[in-house]
Amino acid sequence: MALNISGAIEGSFQLIGGNFATAGEASTQLKLKLTNLGVHEDIIRRAAIATFEAEMNVIIYAAAGRLHYYITQQSIKIRVEDMGPGIEDISLAMQEGYSTAPEWVREMGWGAGMGLPNMKKNSDKFSIDSVVGEGTTVEMVINFS
Amino acid sequence: MKLSELVEKLALDVKTFKDGLQIEIKGAYVSDLLSDVMANAGKCDIWITLQTHLNIVAVASMKGLAGIIIVGNRPVQEEVLKKAEEEKIAILTTPKPAFEVAGKIYQMLK
Ligand SMILES: Nc1ncnc2c1ncn2[C@@H]1O[C@H](COP(=O)(O)OP(=O)(O)OP(=O)(O)O)[C@@H](O)[C@H]1O
Ligand SMILES: [Mg+2]
Repeated sequence: MALNISGAIEGSFQLIGGNFATAGEASTQLKLKLTNLGVHEDIIRRAAIATFEAEMNVIIYAAAGRLHYYITQQSIKIRVEDMGPGIEDISLAMQEGYSTAPEWVREMGWGAGMGLPNMKKNSDKFSIDSVVGEGTTVEMVINFS
Repeated sequence: MKLSELVEKLALDVKTFKDGLQIEIKGAYVSDLLSDVMANAGKCDIWITLQTHLNIVAVASMKGLAGIIIVGNRPVQEEVLKKAEEEKIAILTTPKPAFEVAGKIYQMLK
């Protein structure tokens, strides 16, 4: 199903490292937007999961970041860029179960090492790029059909 | 099975979103790892956990879960309850441990 919109709808949210209290706000807003556009609920759920995991990683590991979304008739593209420590070994970070989350974050139930695999699983296209000492960028595309 | 039936049979304490008790539960998932729930819980599952902090509400909402049962008599902070009410997520508490809660629900859903 293609959406009945002309052109593209885009926007962005600011994310602040360590801000667990507002975690999920960007994903919730995006979910609402997709619901109002009439996107199928299964697609919305995938987008929400992928976005929330990306949002959490910025909050856990980075100082700050930005989540940008771009919605067209066919798909939603989500780009999450952060100013953080970066990832030294991306293929290791992508492995399920690998995590460097500190103990206090694990006590909250994060740090299973499943966030990046969840993002990949829920996207039709997934890419990650990182520079140690500068930051990380995750890009995900989810098709509407 | 309706969530209200579960509340009655397990004597759960309903903390938030009383209107949500009419929802039909499809299954249950037991985990204290939030990304594991994001990966493996199903829509309209009831989630059994000992986690009590704010992020559980977002997880339940993102996944479209039927509600959250917090086990082991853990206190839940007011801000978490407020958020759950806003997001229309039912939070239920019990002094029973996860094993007992899961076992009973398993029998009921079988
Ligand atoms: N934005 C980021 N900046 C720096 N490091 C990151 C970032 N995202 C992920 N990582 C690194 O990759 C690892 C794996 O990330 P992933 O999201 O898969 O799991 P996790 O965050 O450790 O646990 P979970 O997501 O299951 O709660 C992290 O522990 C961290 O070392
Ligand atoms: Mg993560």
